Amino acid sequence: MAETATHTADHASEHAHETSTGLTNNKLAMWLFLGSECLLFGGLISTYMLYRGRISDGPHPMAIFDIPFTSVSSFVLLMSSLTMVLAVTSAQRGDDSRTNLWLTVTAVLGATFVGGQIYEFTAFVREGLGFSTSLFGSSFYTLTGFHGIHVTVGVLMLLSTVGIIRKNKITGNKAEVVEIVGLYWHFVDVVWIIIFTLVYLIPS
Amino acid sequence: MAIIERPGTGTTPVVVTPQQTFGAVKRPVQTKGWREWLFTVDHKKIGIMYGVVAMVFFIIGGVEALLIRLQLAMPDGQILSADKYNQMFTMHATTMVFLFAMPMAAAFANYFLPLQIGARDVAFPRINALSLWLLIIGGLVLNASWFLGGAADGGWFMYAPNSGPIFSPSNGVDFWVIGLQITGVASLLGSINLIVTVLNMRAPGMSLMKMPVFTWMILVVQFLLVFSLPVITVALVLLMLQRSYGATFFDVSQGADPLLWQHLFWIFGHPEVYVLILPAFGIISEVLPTFARKPLFGYPFVVFSGASIGLVGFGVWAHHMFASGLGPVSVAVFSVATMAIAIPTGVKIFNWLLTMWGGKIWYTTAMNFAIGLVVLFTIGGLSGVTHSVAPSDTQQTDTYYIVAHFHYVLFGGMVFGLFSGFYYWWPKVFGKMLNEKLGAWNFWFMVIGMNLTFGPMHILGLQGQPRRMYVWTEARAGEGFFNLGFWNMVASVGSFILAVGVLFFLINVVVTARSKQQAPLDPWDARTLEWLTTSPPKEHNFDRIPVVHHLDEFFHRKYEEDTATHTMKKVAEGEDLVRAEEEGADAHIHLPSPSYWPIVLSVGVGLLGLGTIYGVPMIVIGFAITLFASYGWILEPSVAEEIDFEPSDNDGNTKEIAPLG
Repeated sequence: MAETATHTADHASEHAHETSTGLTNNKLAMWLFLGSECLLFGGLISTYMLYRGRISDGPHPMAIFDIPFTSVSSFVLLMSSLTMVLAVTSAQRGDDSRTNLWLTVTAVLGATFVGGQIYEFTAFVREGLGFSTSLFGSSFYTLTGFHGIHVTVGVLMLLSTVGIIRKNKITGNKAEVVEIVGLYWHFVDVVWIIIFTLVYLIPS
Repeated sequence: MAIIERPGTGTTPVVVTPQQTFGAVKRPVQTKGWREWLFTVDHKKIGIMYGVVAMVFFIIGGVEALLIRLQLAMPDGQILSADKYNQMFTMHATTMVFLFAMPMAAAFANYFLPLQIGARDVAFPRINALSLWLLIIGGLVLNASWFLGGAADGGWFMYAPNSGPIFSPSNGVDFWVIGLQITGVASLLGSINLIVTVLNMRAPGMSLMKMPVFTWMILVVQFLLVFSLPVITVALVLLMLQRSYGATFFDVSQGADPLLWQHLFWIFGHPEVYVLILPAFGIISEVLPTFARKPLFGYPFVVFSGASIGLVGFGVWAHHMFASGLGPVSVAVFSVATMAIAIPTGVKIFNWLLTMWGGKIWYTTAMNFAIGLVVLFTIGGLSGVTHSVAPSDTQQTDTYYIVAHFHYVLFGGMVFGLFSGFYYWWPKVFGKMLNEKLGAWNFWFMVIGMNLTFGPMHILGLQGQPRRMYVWTEARAGEGFFNLGFWNMVASVGSFILAVGVLFFLINVVVTARSKQQAPLDPWDARTLEWLTTSPPKEHNFDRIPVVHHLDEFFHRKYEEDTATHTMKKVAEGEDLVRAEEEGADAHIHLPSPSYWPIVLSVGVGLLGLGTIYGVPMIVIGFAITLFASYGWILEPSVAEEIDFEPSDNDGNTKEIAPLG
């Protein structure tokens, strides 16, 4: 029983909020989720790399890719990472209006990228590359489409964050919420750098 | 559902009315009846529901197995058509792996992991509830196919292009693909949740190397899931896009590579094998020391060999594909890697043997099942090593020898481990001991039945009986000792003995539930923190968060070393320790509040999935529900606001909020 008595003494309630790793639960969970996403995109990218040259019908990748156009939309997406960083630092300073401004700019840049992707898809379909045309077509649309859905979800997350901050309905630490949305956003950007390089820039 | 409890001043849960509206509706606060279960976020209730769901699917999968054995008992079986037989073995395996084994391990993990690390709940209680409901929806989708045009029929690894629209024209595979994606999301969310819980929410003083082995093994399993589930998700998405939307991924006439599916599936599928077995290893690593009355032999070796099994488990997937013509270099590499994985597994087996060696063994049913695991898993492990030799594997591939192997490791290993856990932890969860006499019947019927069922399959397989064939003929059954007819009959009889064993367990559950006798607080003289509370545990688990000084903290609070004789002497009973905790209880504990959103969100996701079969309108409806529930979720704080509580709290005490996500 002696041991039990000392336990009472050094039970320290002020540690109740600390986590064993020092990272908050939410942030650790986002990192784990992104780790899992790496394998998801890994599988999709591997599928594309296996099938990019298998063109039984329809156009060849290098015949339809518009590298200057996609470079511009890639640049737009990369710049959105910069505005995301600005949003996070504003949030950490506690400046709500700047946070909302940069979050909105980030969302607009992201939406511009998605718009570019939709335009690109319709152009490719006009040029004869359907979803079922060839293995290249199926794997191209699946990979870039999955990425596009991720960007779209990101845009929704950004706009929702703006709305919730404005209504002052945020639960938990505001700066951290913005930072976690930012982690996701940067991840989606990094994945695009890999996809852009492997799909568009390296000739098959 | 209590939202505030004041264990220091009284144990009556405070009645609560919601004051705030989040999103469209007020949060649920019902404390009684079915709502208590439907909207709960309590990890213990969720754990029990996981257990019930898994047990139901265990029975369904078991009936499917019995039908298979009935069909094969005699030559030219007439019980099932070829088509129904294909559906039967596919759904038997799918049900047992995804709807029984994983959820049952999740049941144990959900219930005991927070208790073992001295936490009040998991990191994300609502996500925990979402995982459960998604699993249930996924299981319903999978099994709905029986009534909606026939179940999936491609075998549990569903090799494409065989599972494409040409060879599997019914919607069975579509239901299978959707159901598994939904259960996959459930497992992924669950695994992130449990990793965060273990890494972030351990009681003060509990370093990683002071964690119970069960918690360790669950942690390893969750890492396996986080990194393997996305890969099968990719495979399932590709197959879904091919079957429902005309993609060409597995269309060989377009130049598709039939090995693509095999690689993607087994990169998931092999870690999955360890996902199934490691929780059982964790359970018996708790049970063996308790009933041998000795600490676990070589704790760090057990932990690190478990972790290395997990790590190497990612590098051996292609040994499932030796017969597919990978080329000599790949085959050699994967062959050697597969042999290497036997080393950490062997280390564990020797650790368990040495834990029992020289111990005062107490042969309870839990202990019997644990010893059963060590013996039967070793047999299955040894036949596994024979598969790692590629030339030998080429002979064994797709024969009953493989079926024998994986049933020894999964039934003899995993299921025995889970049953050991039932008997060990039943008094903790329900406050009543399972009947030991019925337990003995349960155990011996299962051991004898399991060996009669799966033992002969070694012979059948080496004689060349292929798996997944719906009939065998007397003409080619062979003579004498190796006669297929004899051994098939033995296996079928064995399967019914096995079923009787499981029936004894179900009878035991009913008998125990009806009995009035309460279990003692610490019936097994156990070692780990989950016993440092009442049975069943209070809603907030611990009256105060324990401070940990030792591996096997509970044991070290009960026993002290006698310096003269160097033996451990009991200085306190479990009851004393729990009473001391009650006396030093924390004043105010906020628990996460119940929520409607997990169950609503999971229904939305289910409709979204079914929409890929039933068309765009259903997708739209599912998406709308999903979006609505997501926003309801986001706008609802996980712990209710002060304003939601009545009466307000004016007694001057500082609030102590439990560390919950």
